[in-house]
Amino acid sequence: MKPAAFEYSRPADIDEVCALLAADDGARVIAGGQTLVPLMAMRLARPSRLIDIARIPGLAFVREEGNEVVVGATTRQHVVESDPVVRAKLPLLAKVMPFVGHTATRARGTVGGSLVNGDPAAEIVLVAVTLGAALIWRDGGTNHSIAASDFFLGPMVTALPLTACLAEARFPVWPEPRVGVGFHEVSARQSDFAFVSAAAQIALDADGRCTRAAIGIGAATAVPLRLDAVAQALQGQRYDETKVRESAKAALADIEPMADLHASAEYRKRVAATMAVRAIADAYQDAARRA
Amino acid sequence: MKVELDINRQKHTVEVEPRLSLLDCLRDKLLLIGAHAGCEHGVCGACTVLVDGAAIRSCLMFAVQADGVAITTIEGLSPGPGELSPLQDAFCETHGMQCGYCTPAMILAAHALLSKNASPTREEIVDAISGNICRCTGYAQIVEAIALAAERMRGQNDPVRP
Amino acid sequence: MTAPGKFRFVSSDRRVREDRRFVVGKGSFAADIVPQGVKHVALVTCPHPAARIVSIDKAAALAIPGVHYVLEGAELAGATNVLAAGLDTPNVPRYPLALNVARYAGEWVAAVVADSRALAEDAAEAVAIEYAPLPFILDADEAYKPGSTLVHEAHGSNVLLDRTFVWGEVEQDFAVSPHRLKHRVKWGRSSTVPIETFGVTASWDPWREILDIWASIQMPKYPDQTAMVLKIPMSSVRVHYDVDVGGSYGVKRGIKHTVLVGYLSKRLGMPVRLIEDRLENMRGGDMHGPERNFDVEVAFDDQGIIRSMKMRALDNVGAYAGRSPFQLGKPVGAIVGPYKIKSVQYQAIAVVTNKTVQEAVRAFGQSPTNYAIERTIDEVAVKLGLDRLEIRRRNMIRHEEFPYLIPSGSTYDSGDYHTVIDKVLAHAGYGELIAERDRLRSAGTLAGIGIAACLEPSGGNSSFEPLLNPKVGTTTWMDSCRISIDLVGSITATMHTTSAGQGHETLVGTVVGEVLEVDPDKVRVVRSDSLNALPSNSPVGSRMAIMLGGAAFHAAKQLKDKLTAIAAHDLGVPVERIAYKDGSAFDTSAPDKKRTWAELVTMAHRHIHKLPEGMEPGLSVSHIMPVPMGGGLPTADGRVQMYPCYSFEFHLMLVTIDPDLGKPEIKRYVIGHDCGTVINPKIVRGMTLGGIAHGIGAALYEEFAYNEDGLLVAQNFMDYLLPSAHEVPFVEIVHHETPSPLTVFGQKGSGESGYLGAPAAIASAVNDAVRPLGIVVDSLPIKVARLGDMIAQARENNAREAKKGN
Ligand SMILES: Cc1cc2nc3c(=O)[nH]c(=O)nc-3n(C[C@@H](O)[C@H](O)[C@H](O)COP(=O)(O)OP(=O)(O)OC[C@H]3O[C@@H](n4cnc5c(N)ncnc54)[C@H](O)[C@@H]3O)c2cc1C
Ligand code: FES
Ligand code: FES
Repeated sequence: MKPAAFEYSRPADIDEVCALLAADDGARVIAGGQTLVPLMAMRLARPSRLIDIARIPGLAFVREEGNEVVVGATTRQHVVESDPVVRAKLPLLAKVMPFVGHTATRARGTVGGSLVNGDPAAEIVLVAVTLGAALIWRDGGTNHSIAASDFFLGPMVTALPLTACLAEARFPVWPEPRVGVGFHEVSARQSDFAFVSAAAQIALDADGRCTRAAIGIGAATAVPLRLDAVAQALQGQRYDETKVRESAKAALADIEPMADLHASAEYRKRVAATMAVRAIADAYQDAARRA
Repeated sequence: MKVELDINRQKHTVEVEPRLSLLDCLRDKLLLIGAHAGCEHGVCGACTVLVDGAAIRSCLMFAVQADGVAITTIEGLSPGPGELSPLQDAFCETHGMQCGYCTPAMILAAHALLSKNASPTREEIVDAISGNICRCTGYAQIVEAIALAAERMRGQNDPVRP
Repeated sequence: MTAPGKFRFVSSDRRVREDRRFVVGKGSFAADIVPQGVKHVALVTCPHPAARIVSIDKAAALAIPGVHYVLEGAELAGATNVLAAGLDTPNVPRYPLALNVARYAGEWVAAVVADSRALAEDAAEAVAIEYAPLPFILDADEAYKPGSTLVHEAHGSNVLLDRTFVWGEVEQDFAVSPHRLKHRVKWGRSSTVPIETFGVTASWDPWREILDIWASIQMPKYPDQTAMVLKIPMSSVRVHYDVDVGGSYGVKRGIKHTVLVGYLSKRLGMPVRLIEDRLENMRGGDMHGPERNFDVEVAFDDQGIIRSMKMRALDNVGAYAGRSPFQLGKPVGAIVGPYKIKSVQYQAIAVVTNKTVQEAVRAFGQSPTNYAIERTIDEVAVKLGLDRLEIRRRNMIRHEEFPYLIPSGSTYDSGDYHTVIDKVLAHAGYGELIAERDRLRSAGTLAGIGIAACLEPSGGNSSFEPLLNPKVGTTTWMDSCRISIDLVGSITATMHTTSAGQGHETLVGTVVGEVLEVDPDKVRVVRSDSLNALPSNSPVGSRMAIMLGGAAFHAAKQLKDKLTAIAAHDLGVPVERIAYKDGSAFDTSAPDKKRTWAELVTMAHRHIHKLPEGMEPGLSVSHIMPVPMGGGLPTADGRVQMYPCYSFEFHLMLVTIDPDLGKPEIKRYVIGHDCGTVINPKIVRGMTLGGIAHGIGAALYEEFAYNEDGLLVAQNFMDYLLPSAHEVPFVEIVHHETPSPLTVFGQKGSGESGYLGAPAAIASAVNDAVRPLGIVVDSLPIKVARLGDMIAQARENNAREAKKGN
């Protein structure tokens, strides 16, 4: 299981990355390598050139900017996992990080790599879609911004042009004082990619009523789903399991779930509702704990 | 390509093809054979080494990417010929292995844990080694070894040097 | 019998000597051994489940610089004998590389030799092979039917083995029993999947005419078969046994790999190695385990006493006949489990299909059989409304009934099953465990208690060979040890096979230390190579504590006797008056009169004039030990003593299942384990815990799944799910010792322990949990989503029924 031969470049800045990509159709960016290298080892990917972006200055950072937290594309997942800004301002991202593979894959894997890879079961992808993050890529010397929900097109298919390099992801920070998050996923082994996952972020008023909600389902369909109807239905509501379940089921009634070796389409559809309910319940509870 | 590697606090310059994994480089070029290939696609953890103190999979990193970082392999853990580190000794004490194939990687993963967390709980130990598959032991004696080493390294018990 | 302190070193919690080299990364595994100038093999494999090989174009591959050779099936088959098969199936020939037809996806079609593995893989991609796909068959039931698609035309059917044994008055026992029950349970295709793949290096020396082999092998008759297939004398094959094997649990049987590199090394005059990568290993490494459908019918009375059993085991052995059909034979030696079932009908069927070839897997077919028996006992209890434990107690052989002859001809050596169960129940607080289950149930969770009682036949013999293949008359399966005391008094013991983590060096050291009354750490243990080896049948069938331990004991005992005789002669007293203590020998009636270790050793090596008349000088003794109780051929109706010793285990667990997800979680796991006298507690504990983890994998996670195109879809570690530390719960072991009367210290085997009963216990727990829903889970592995779908379906049906009822 050895990769096919390739050339290796380590450009100094992101524009050089784009130039290298533009110069060679077979060139691919490598960030953490945790997805790309296994594919190369099995020769399912065979780039002619690897463009290593991991050490480009200024691409690895976590920064608060206005009402956003900006995460640089090459920021390692284990850095995000323990970053104080992420913990304080992006509790949903902080919550999912331990579910992204293993300690050893998070030490190398990057946030940008996970996003560009676009696995519908990837937790970071789910958070980006759920929270409505903006993804910024660089191409032809300019920056382009795209909403996460427009970025992911299918399993491992994104809107990123072949000559572009993802630079950062901008996650909105909710200013409300009582924001809670919930995340649930089901997989065979604890650290596997999920069959179904659900993320919820909810803001409550002093009365425990929802003032804002964002709900997302991962792994069930070709791209993560935002359940905006469910979020809408939660407006002004205290937690009511029956109602939540019903609105989740209704919202999921027409989805086209994926089926594979590990889980059937029916399973994914049914369990998506369960996961959504559990994530929402947790988010309410979490928010309620915040005075 | 030429690459300069810092392995176990020693510098090595090696000529490698870009496609050579760090794992194969350690084993084939530098004869550091304590890192093992189990799957070569990032799942089993048998190839674990430390990069700047963090456990990583050396099958998912190319040697050409490994300049300028501090690499520690199992060969770098024992204090001297015939001597064992407290963690290695604890693995012997509890028999935290059978065939020994996953063992260097387990010890390195445990080493990374203990260097950040001197008093890990059972859950933390389990989580720290959960990316390393052992087919022999069922993990219990590995978990015990790590807990024992942590206890000894906290000074509650002097390491036994055979 | 074994009071504590009975032994000095045996049973004491000593360190395992092998561990020191592993914790520093100084093991010596197959891939670590790199002869100068070694070349690397990569394989070209068939992408179809069945296909005729129309043409092979090697030109592009050979044009790549650094590529030395591309070998195809015709050349190899022309130069070698067919690989040995266990059964008498001459029309199911197997070669390392497919000959004309490939019969499973992943089968090796060509082998490329190059300067590096990466180059060999480049060249393997460049070999252009034209295939004509053929019809294929995957399902065992289908393959068994006459007229089904044939895997081997010349064989005329897909059936390799179909034999029905009747032991006792089965029909009569069925006729007089008031109750009967029939069901089908399935054991899915999984394996032991060691973390080290199989690897082998061969180096032919044309001047010495020796083929040196370093391999991660665990296989009886490995050098013999290598020589036989390569058509060279066995004295030209030198297998190095000092290679550490990175896990095997039965499957490291790389005979086809070895023949391939052995041939290439001879052909090219270069050392050649093949270290399987994980894909080669999973698809074409021929290491899949049993895939078995059991139809079990039992006849029993109102009390739940099972009088008779009919078992039909249909095994899907994959595309060729290796040794694996014998895995239907070994369970004959414990076909009634720990129970007193008086008569048995057993139909053993092995069929070929277009799946990867099956190999020996830990317990050699016994774990699936135990699962089938235990699932049946549970169902009988349900049918009669009896407690599952009570029914086991009633049927179990009682302590005073040993030795106990079972209908299929094996005598169980010893056991104390009821006591082990009582100890486990007391330890676990069985009443509370049930209360806990019920509490969980009333809180809305599915919860179940799992129970399994089963045997580990140990001391591995090969009686299944003559049983299933009458042309084979093998009754001998010895193991050996040689011990030498050198002229300065150090002790070196030699073993004659490889190990894969079982701690055999520690075993030998402990036993020799015990007998010679010296510190076991002072006993050097080394391994021979096959050219200077005594006979061994390798560590299979839970045999080494009994067989290698036994051989070491006897060899050490002979040395002790020799030292005693030398002392007696030199002191001029009769041998009976000499006592041996801590390496010296003294006159019991005048303890001052003694000869020290140094004196005895010096006399033996240097002073032949002081030795008894005719005594061989030096101190070197070999012992070759046959299997206790072995040596008999099967009777015409297929009764034979299979293995000599029977360890017992009793599993008790509490499992919850999230009813919405179908996800099981083991909340409590207690195992009672009795393998007689324990030689090294750390090793036995590790074997048991590791076996349980492996059983958890087989029960819940692991399956070599195929899609409808006949392709193996679980072929990497993202899809074939080995349990991680997260998935293996804390396990409590309750220890019990019923020594075997047949072995030197009372020891039995434990190399397969845990694995023998864990799948049965998990299936029992899951079924206890879902039974309130009215469903039965009858196949392994019990995968999360599949179970989730079943539960959802059942709840829906039940809700519909309830509505109708209203
Ligand atoms: C055993 C194992 C378990 C895992 N489990 C999970 C899990 O549970 N959940 C999960 O989400 N992930 C999981 N992963 C994958 C995760 O670890 C990866 O980190 C992630 O998917 C990719 O990140 P990376 O930085 O390693 O990207 P790489 O592998 O380097 O790249 C991935 C892809 O993105 C492209 N790319 C990367 N960065 C950029 C960029 N800035 N601009 C343009 N293109 C770019 C590459 O060209 C490549 O196509 C697992 C991986 C392993 C090995
Ligand atoms: S060999 Fe690197 S993770 Fe398995
Ligand atoms: S000790 Fe054998 S795989 Fe862990």
